[in-house]
Amino acid sequence: MRRPILEANNLCVAFNGVKAADGASIAIHDGEFLAIIGPNGSGKTTLLNICTGYIRPVSGSVLLDGNDITRLSPRAIARRGVARAFQIPQLFSAQRVIDNMMLALAATDGLWSVVRPLETAKRREEAMALLGLVGLDGDADRISSTLPEGHRKLLDIAVALALKPRLLLLDEPTSGVSALERFPLMEALMSALRQRRITALFVEHDMDVVARYASRVLVWNAGNIMAEGRPDEVFGNAQVRERVVGVA
Amino acid sequence: MRIILTAAAVLTLAVLPVAAPWLQFVLTLAIAKGFAALGVAVLLRAGLISIGHAMFFAASAYGVAFLAHAGINDLGLLLVLSVLVAALTGAIAGAFLVRYRAIFFAMLNLAVSMVFYALCAKLYGVTGGTDGMPVPIPAVFGIIFAEPAFKSVLFYLSLALMVLVGLAVQRYLDSPLGHALSAVHTNEIRLEYLGIPVWAVLLIAYVISAALAGLGGAISAFAIGRVVPDFAFWTASGHLVLIAVLGGIGGVPGAFIGALFLELLHSAAVTVTDAWNLIVGMALIIVIMFMPQGIYGLFARKEASSP
Repeated sequence: MRRPILEANNLCVAFNGVKAADGASIAIHDGEFLAIIGPNGSGKTTLLNICTGYIRPVSGSVLLDGNDITRLSPRAIARRGVARAFQIPQLFSAQRVIDNMMLALAATDGLWSVVRPLETAKRREEAMALLGLVGLDGDADRISSTLPEGHRKLLDIAVALALKPRLLLLDEPTSGVSALERFPLMEALMSALRQRRITALFVEHDMDVVARYASRVLVWNAGNIMAEGRPDEVFGNAQVRERVVGVA
Repeated sequence: MRIILTAAAVLTLAVLPVAAPWLQFVLTLAIAKGFAALGVAVLLRAGLISIGHAMFFAASAYGVAFLAHAGINDLGLLLVLSVLVAALTGAIAGAFLVRYRAIFFAMLNLAVSMVFYALCAKLYGVTGGTDGMPVPIPAVFGIIFAEPAFKSVLFYLSLALMVLVGLAVQRYLDSPLGHALSAVHTNEIRLEYLGIPVWAVLLIAYVISAALAGLGGAISAFAIGRVVPDFAFWTASGHLVLIAVLGGIGGVPGAFIGALFLELLHSAAVTVTDAWNLIVGMALIIVIMFMPQGIYGLFARKEASSP
């Protein structure tokens, strides 16, 4: 059995009495591509928020490589190799696409230099390679706020990849991306994850994407895990088909 | 093109006092205020408005006066030490203030600066109260100049510092830290998720901006020959914000352009009418309404549109 890179144990959190996590536990192992599916409002994004330190659970713990990170800030968790792409892209909207990328690269290899400029030939080349991966190399010098929503989403993913993470958390990576671009994006993403040996956890509503790419699926419902297993096993579960897939 | 324009502007400033000697004092003060406004403009990049930066301007000016009274009599040493005083004051105040945003940041800066002003005005035995403290003419590399010659040295030194410090600040703004500073304005959440400590990015910017205000204060202290509590008064802080916005925060030259424009306009307006504030106010309304990017924004736009 591969060791878990991330474990969340007995998580409990509620908002105004609505339970987003109700004693749930999950584990993601090295090299996995774990999909989390479930109805809207079931607490999937909350789980990502807890795992990245944005929300602290009322009880329970989150372990990264066996070390407790439950009380750490998003910054401290990011510096331990956990990157995140958001459901609503989180970009530096007034800056160029390439600057978004280069700042993410600089965050890992030389933020504190006040003498060297952000834009170096090496950094630009690396940023362009990542932008090429998501098909945004032609938009490098555009101000990121002028990008269409789908492309902003792609940039958000590229920014997360630029952090060279060991674990990548993706919140609905294909939402807002056109149907034509969806599978090419996933192919590129999967290729990047495999090449860079990145483990990933992704929340997704597109069941075709989940069925095709996830190595394991976890069904989240009302703050708890309803089902878990390989995609064919999970989608073969009548209860999941009725209560989740039908409404997802 | 930008280098040629900048060189021409600096050269023009250098020869202006030769043609009109009365301008030397005005230009020295304008450059001094330009440094302080540049400090304010640095923070504006992060979307933070400080209505208290005159405190650092005054801290450095008082630093010059105290150090001179303590027997330090070298222009270079006094400048360096007084800027360090401002930077240290900035580090202490900034450690607390950079945790706040928007109106809270602006008001807390104002409040702290007014405490500083009150101390300067009320501690008569230490600071001379509202009479202030005299600043003697220091030696320059061991040479003691008469007042007119010293003022000329001070002007050309300020001009040289404007270029050198301006280039250094531009370098900082182009660095990853400078970009992170601008990013604070647009998305703090993403910065945190990049593993970048927003608090440290802002504190560094705050210390740099305090040091810039301090450099302006030290030059003003030498130019005027006296420091008074009014250096730290809230209207002086407001004046610095005005200069920064007027000049434009799109680039380093903006702060100096704004300061030169305002000082020259003020000098011209007082010769026309006692109600010089009316002229200055009208000019400001026109600039703010028709040049939202400030005066420098006008130059930058022309340069961007030229083939």
